[in-house]
Amino acid sequence: MTWYAALGALEQGLVYGIMVIGVYLTFRILDFPDLTVDGSLPLGAAISAVAITSGINPYVALLFALLGGFGAGVVTAILNTKFKILHLLASILTMIALYSINIRIMGGPNIALLGSNTIFDPLIALGIPGHYAGLIIFAFFALVVMMLVIWFLKTELGQAILATGDNPQMITSLGVNTHFIIIIGVGLSNGLVALSGALIAQNQGAADVGMGIGTIIAGLASVIVGETIFGKSTIARAIIAALLGSIVYRLAIALALGLEFGDFTFNPSDLNLITAILVIGALIAPNIKKRILAR
Amino acid sequence: MCHDWILVKQPVKGRGENMKKIALILATAMLISAHNVMAESYVISVNQFVEHPALDAVLKGLQDYLKDNGVTAEFKVHNAQANMGTATQIGQQMIGEKADLLVAIATPSAQATAQALSKAPSGMKRPFLFTAVTDPVAAGLVEALDKPSEYITGVSDLLPLDKHMEMIMTYKPDIKKLGVLYNAGEANSKATVATLKDLSGKMGFKVVEATAAKTADVYTAAKSLVGRCDAVFIPTDNTIVSALESVLKVGTQNKLPIFAADVDSVERGAVAAMGFDYYKHGYQTGAMAKKILEGTSPANLPVESQEVLQLQINLKAATAMGAEPPKVLVDSATKLYK
Repeated sequence: MTWYAALGALEQGLVYGIMVIGVYLTFRILDFPDLTVDGSLPLGAAISAVAITSGINPYVALLFALLGGFGAGVVTAILNTKFKILHLLASILTMIALYSINIRIMGGPNIALLGSNTIFDPLIALGIPGHYAGLIIFAFFALVVMMLVIWFLKTELGQAILATGDNPQMITSLGVNTHFIIIIGVGLSNGLVALSGALIAQNQGAADVGMGIGTIIAGLASVIVGETIFGKSTIARAIIAALLGSIVYRLAIALALGLEFGDFTFNPSDLNLITAILVIGALIAPNIKKRILAR
Repeated sequence: MCHDWILVKQPVKGRGENMKKIALILATAMLISAHNVMAESYVISVNQFVEHPALDAVLKGLQDYLKDNGVTAEFKVHNAQANMGTATQIGQQMIGEKADLLVAIATPSAQATAQALSKAPSGMKRPFLFTAVTDPVAAGLVEALDKPSEYITGVSDLLPLDKHMEMIMTYKPDIKKLGVLYNAGEANSKATVATLKDLSGKMGFKVVEATAAKTADVYTAAKSLVGRCDAVFIPTDNTIVSALESVLKVGTQNKLPIFAADVDSVERGAVAAMGFDYYKHGYQTGAMAKKILEGTSPANLPVESQEVLQLQINLKAATAMGAEPPKVLVDSATKLYK
């Protein structure tokens, strides 16, 4: 792995980390397996790409993406709570509907943003090289999102979300409307995922309807890698771990891309396998260490 | 277990046990990734979007051209396995590899590479050649086909649709309605269908569309065309071509001739195609690669498209789908499958 690729992986880890925090909210806190994210990530990308190409400020475009993603999450949560559709199916339905909706929004499957205004422009105008501009902006967004979510979960509403995931009977008996809580929680999660998608699109130079494929897989993998390596003793720790898990996941891919043993090189099609093996290595390392220390 | 000798060599500042663990993984991989670049040979980094017979053929054609023309090149091939996030990371990986030439195969990979290139510091910028991209202008890669940028040019696989339709109309002059089967999520196909609609007005037939979002939906989409059209045309669509056999089955069962846009599909059992040969596409890309490696600036190489077209007919499939080819086409065919 070259230094440049490592920086790239860090950048990707941070921007996808925002998505991972979103997945953490539904998957761990609300105990709501939400596949909507495969559709809300490209939704955020699509909204921000259309906004930017029609001349709207790229930062405002991010806000639109966030709201769009929130809306998608709300739809899934309403299907689940008000219409009693199983959460998994409700999210699948929203996800497949979003495929067509995203094509509608973009007027086609792909919008190029190469050469358009992006959120990186102000930094690049200051003379900061492009590959650092991405890193700085994504680090900023990821940290702000992380802190806001940690803060939010300490508010009354946030506590209600935590309690709803832990023990819905108890929270209902306290007179809290769990439907409302689930709708807010899943909406917020997808808002973050869409924000992540909008940032990714601006970074990779295009929004594409296919860019959401595998989002939930990367999200779940990152959440679990994060909590295994970095722990989950408190909510704040678990959310930081989710972000770090995302970085580890992207570093594993970067590592797999550059892996060579002398003259032996892997087949390019082995990439996913090597990534999986590296992540497994990261997951079992703490366990092995514990056993060796216990001896 | 003592790994301190590795930890000394790694650039990440370990803070706490967890950071050490990651650092350890990183450092191990850095040690084993020995780079052995030969001084006299060129290095070409490739960003391929997905494993796919046509895209693989492009890569092979590119490699073969350079080999046939005495250019020694070490290829660093990366495959995004159809994941856009990975394609972006490959773009950054390629910049870090400091190759002599960057090549991207298919639109998403080309966009990711172009973006990585635009963000790279000036000392790390390299010439970049895209290939198997249908509409490089809409994809934002170049301003215009004859106006490549300082670093970026390539080969477009824009389908010579007019020639294709002429061939289909010669083959089966009684076509009133032409079915077209594609994935609305593929930018390439969307562009093709738009052009096809323009052409249909001029050539006097109607276009009947059916879409499938994934390979599992192709069979149903193909069936939906039965009775609604006189023949089916399949553009260079990754989803449909991947599940071509299910379309051919529907064509055979219902005597509905299936025409394809690439010759590989004819070998698999489509009636005929007006030659899109992805191997030749790659070979043509190779010729551009050689020029760039030998010092020509991409700015002086306009975007090319496929020069040589060939007509291939599958006689067995033609009989099975009840559409015998006219003699004039059989005589002019480059290749006949019997």
